[in-house]
Amino acid sequence: MSEIAQKVKSIIIDKLGVEESEVTPEASFTNDLGADSLDTVELIMEFEKEFNISIPDDQAENISTVGQAISYLEENVK
Amino acid sequence: MTLRRVVVTGIGALTPIGNTASEYWQGLINGVSGAARITRFDPEKFRTQFACEVKNFDAEQHFDRKEARKMDPFTQYAMVVADEAIKDSKLDLETIDLNKAGVIWGSGIGGLKTFQEEVKSYAKGDNTPRFNPFFIPKMIADISAGYISIKYGFHGPNFVTVSACASATNALIDALNYIRLGHMDVAISGGSEAAVTEAGMGGFNAMKALSERNDSPETASRPFDKDRDGFVLGEGAGALILEEYEHAKARGAKIYAEIIGGGMSADAHHITAPHPEGLGATNVMINALADAHIKPEDVDYINVHGTSTPLGDISETLAIKKVFGDHAYKLNISSTKSMTGHLLGAAGAIEAVACVKAIQNGIVPPTINHFTDDDQLDNKLNLTFNKAQEREINVALSNTFGFGGHNTSIIFRKI
Repeated sequence: MSEIAQKVKSIIIDKLGVEESEVTPEASFTNDLGADSLDTVELIMEFEKEFNISIPDDQAENISTVGQAISYLEENVK
Repeated sequence: MTLRRVVVTGIGALTPIGNTASEYWQGLINGVSGAARITRFDPEKFRTQFACEVKNFDAEQHFDRKEARKMDPFTQYAMVVADEAIKDSKLDLETIDLNKAGVIWGSGIGGLKTFQEEVKSYAKGDNTPRFNPFFIPKMIADISAGYISIKYGFHGPNFVTVSACASATNALIDALNYIRLGHMDVAISGGSEAAVTEAGMGGFNAMKALSERNDSPETASRPFDKDRDGFVLGEGAGALILEEYEHAKARGAKIYAEIIGGGMSADAHHITAPHPEGLGATNVMINALADAHIKPEDVDYINVHGTSTPLGDISETLAIKKVFGDHAYKLNISSTKSMTGHLLGAAGAIEAVACVKAIQNGIVPPTINHFTDDDQLDNKLNLTFNKAQEREINVALSNTFGFGGHNTSIIFRKI
């Protein structure tokens, strides 16, 4: 697993209070990991802080699963 | 129309001198002070370096970490005491009419720590707004009532009263009246506050409202003593289950006391100073007695606002003398803030719990830290100095007054 994927997973575990085993690439923040709309906003902000990037709103809307977050960040974090 | 009767069937408390209602009561009758040097932050540069903090409170004992993170301490305190009170009441949430179950809470300030931290982190940055999405719902004072209703599924009236240090008593009076009028059968009421933060201490210090007796925190809250020099900031929460009398009887509930009336008034005088002759304080007690349909002579105990400020303590005793006349000398009067400090918007809640326990046990909790009589006060009044006194209490009255000139008074009777 990439370093980015590791960090993404640990942020999700911390913010959503879920078990590591639940954080699979297909897991949806809202449908599988119990996040509400505010939790999702907070997750995106944490990713921005951790990786020092800015995720535009229209792209943030497309990040709804663990896998989508990891691939977005792997593509955009330098 | 005939008003329905309202009784107290459950209590909960989280205070600087005890983390449950019974620990709190033990602290009160033993004259324990909750004041000590501040541990929440480094107070070295502050004029006042002590407060009455809640001790040994671990949020993660009560909430999972994700849940705890979304609540300001004032909401965590609210949830913990609401839970204690609900359990104490033995209400069966499966059978009561949840549409007639409400939550009316009080908080003077709300999530001050949350506000402080979010604004501080914004100010440190380059002006790019990166506010946490939970900032507003964590901070707003009414979220406490929202959280409580979500936990118990109470669909009845739900809001938070804000009248500074009178907030919780306003909440209790509103709950009393909505039950009297038939809008609710059951209410979780009370208040919570968590203002022992840099912003809270700094703000009250700037007003010169706080005691600065840093060399002796535990004797700093000394209502009615000649050398009192301001209030001691406290934090915590109190909850009471208010229930319609027939509703409580029908389920065989344990009844602590009846709430027979409440009064409200405004000084309309100054934003922070009390009226020098206690005009609003006089009126509020008269209003409460009228609402309760009792005479001044029926009252045995007054739990006063008595914050240990030079002016406030004088005007309140003047008001008591005006309202009660000669009977003032037969009353037991005490300020439990001498022990708990001043819980601001939660003060009325924990002092209501003190009144209910005083009635139940026939004991008047003391005004501790009395060293020197103040010639500006009438020293023939029984201010229950230093030691608890045994007394059969039929009727107890609790006063709370808030910055802004808000006055509230509520009356409990043995049943």
